[in-house]
Amino acid sequence: MVPLSYYLLLSGFLFGCGVIGFLIKRNIITIFMSIELMLNGVNLSFVAFAAHWHALSGQVFVFFVMVVAAAEAAVGLAIIIAVYRTRETLNVDQVNLLKL
Amino acid sequence: MNPNLNLWLIPLLPLAGAAINGFFGKKSSRKAVTTVALFFSGAAFAMALLVAFRFSSLTLPYHEFFAHWIRSGNFTADFSFYLDQLSLVMLLVVTGVGFLIHIYSVGYMWDDPSYYRFFSYLNLFMFFMLTLVLADNYLLMFIGWEGVGLASYLLIGFWFTKDSAASAGKKAFIVNRIGDFGFLIALFLLIKHFGSLNFDRVFGSVMPLGIETAGAGLLTAIGILLMVGACGKSAQIPLYIWLPDAMEGPTPVSALIHAATMVTAGVYMVSRSHVIFQHAPIALTVVAIIGTLTAFFAATIGIAQTDIKKVLAYSTVSQLGYMFMACGAGAFSAGIFHLMTHAFFKGLLFLGAGSVIHAVGGEQDMRKMGGLKSFIPWTFLTMGIATLAIAGIPPLAGFWSKDEILWRAFQASPMYWVIGVITAFITSFYMFRLLYMTFFGDYHGAEVDEHGHGSHGHASHGHDAHGHGSPHESPMVMLVPLMILAVLSLVGGLVGIGNRFETFLAPVFGSAEGAEAASHTTELLLMGVSVAVAFLGWWLAYLLYYKRPELPQRIADSLDGLYEAVVHKYYIDELYAAVFVKPLIDGSTRILWQGVDRNIIDAGVNDAGDAARHASDEVRHMQSGNIRSYAGWVAAGAAAVIAFMIWMGVR
Repeated sequence: MVPLSYYLLLSGFLFGCGVIGFLIKRNIITIFMSIELMLNGVNLSFVAFAAHWHALSGQVFVFFVMVVAAAEAAVGLAIIIAVYRTRETLNVDQVNLLKL
Repeated sequence: MNPNLNLWLIPLLPLAGAAINGFFGKKSSRKAVTTVALFFSGAAFAMALLVAFRFSSLTLPYHEFFAHWIRSGNFTADFSFYLDQLSLVMLLVVTGVGFLIHIYSVGYMWDDPSYYRFFSYLNLFMFFMLTLVLADNYLLMFIGWEGVGLASYLLIGFWFTKDSAASAGKKAFIVNRIGDFGFLIALFLLIKHFGSLNFDRVFGSVMPLGIETAGAGLLTAIGILLMVGACGKSAQIPLYIWLPDAMEGPTPVSALIHAATMVTAGVYMVSRSHVIFQHAPIALTVVAIIGTLTAFFAATIGIAQTDIKKVLAYSTVSQLGYMFMACGAGAFSAGIFHLMTHAFFKGLLFLGAGSVIHAVGGEQDMRKMGGLKSFIPWTFLTMGIATLAIAGIPPLAGFWSKDEILWRAFQASPMYWVIGVITAFITSFYMFRLLYMTFFGDYHGAEVDEHGHGSHGHASHGHDAHGHGSPHESPMVMLVPLMILAVLSLVGGLVGIGNRFETFLAPVFGSAEGAEAASHTTELLLMGVSVAVAFLGWWLAYLLYYKRPELPQRIADSLDGLYEAVVHKYYIDELYAAVFVKPLIDGSTRILWQGVDRNIIDAGVNDAGDAARHASDEVRHMQSGNIRSYAGWVAAGAAAVIAFMIWMGVR
């Protein structure tokens, strides 16, 4: 039996990777992938707790998160394609029309 | 049990007329406007007559509840009406004279482009005046009181494109506010100490209180404050200055509002509150002194005025002073009696003046009139009667009421009587002066042509009097009210013979104590004196303005300074301007506008705006448009929240 803390450490590591990638990467697709990494890091902690406490609700929650993440991926990729078509770049530093 | 008189209809009928003419009058024909205005004011008069007809079968005072208004804790003030002998007299005067003046106005205002507006205002005035007269509590009375002030303002400034008319309206309104302030404070005191404004309840609680002979107390304060209100509305010293200026309004307005009805509201209010005043001798003395001084003071100003309406205005102020003199002497019924006869003859004088002004094409300066008696015989005849009446020549209306006042004033203090008699002499003098200057001698005016009529709205005429350009008589619609009022001025005083009027009002004011105590001889002697001074005034006016018209100028020259002061109304307007108006304007400009408004309020608002702009100018750099920096802020925020939660958990 792997102790709970291992899962949580892995989960935290994945989430941290996601955050750092989100902050430092310039390519939109990479940023998007970092977001997915954060989500899945959290998912891992959910299932770990669910297994530990023998409670199903954590696992159910993970399904919800996955469904939402799938929907988000569909919408997000569509936006990325639209951005690329108009701006011809995926560098977020150049997508800055909202600046004052 | 009393029958239901439906008193509520009496004020509401003119209100309906005002609303109909006000909302639809612009699109209706003059005939339709006339019909509406005359129907509703006439209906109010008919209702009043009906009430008078059934009066003897009523148990008085008659109360009528119409609608709830304010019910708060123990305090109630309802829309309910009160009828006793006093309100009946006022009711008949207001609706009767009001209706006659409505008829007259049809002729006088016919050519005015705002014909419908005039009648809408006039009906509105009737509504408020009748509310004032019929109210059964001070608060409802106050509604009417303010309402007539509003109607007065609207009608004085009726020709508002004329600058002087607009400012005269404002002056009347503002000066009245000062008086109303006193009235309001009196009402607050009444609520505080008696918990009610209902006449019956207030007077019921005042009755058992002792008379405040030793020093001033609560009732004295209330009485004096009420008198302050009355001073404003009834144009007494020191608040009389608005009334002469109010002559800027159309002449029927001067007749109705500024002679016959509204300005007597103060007298009515003081008489209505007679219970309070009878318990406060000091307040009563104040009333008498103000009345006496005003009567004398205004009469002296009247001597030197050359504007026909201004003479009548000062005469009105003076006559109102007589009424307050009577009230102050405790002879409330004499005051109301004079109020009634004054409504007849002063209304008639103003309407006659309107007819004269109309005849000479809008001219108001008496020096440019003269010799009009052959041109406008009916106007001359009726105005002559009114002049005899106001001068106190027996047996016309003014003689009876003025004599009653002087007699009662003599009993209160011979000093009042002396000033009263001198005033009666001056009154007689300036009224006959007006009559001689206007109707006798040679005509000094310019030829009246069609153009000269333009400025004043009045009736068009069937005949071709305009052709030869001389002054012309007014149409029948204006003459008939004159004649009716002339008849009333002739016989109106006869109701006072043998104290019948006083006996009629006795249930309200209590019977006249002390009237019998003095001897009959004294009364006749005093009567003789007042008649003698009336004739003396007549003779003097005859001498100066008919026989020797060059004399007045010589006398004026010899009295140089004094005459100048009188012509300029003792510089009272200038004094008020210097003492009150200018400091107020300067204070408002320097302190309130430039000081408080600009340097504190404006500056505060501007500084707050500037501060927000500078702060946001600094902060806006956060909004770089760079997605990664936004992400950084989000992450930092999330980290801060987590840190906070952990800190909370640790703690």
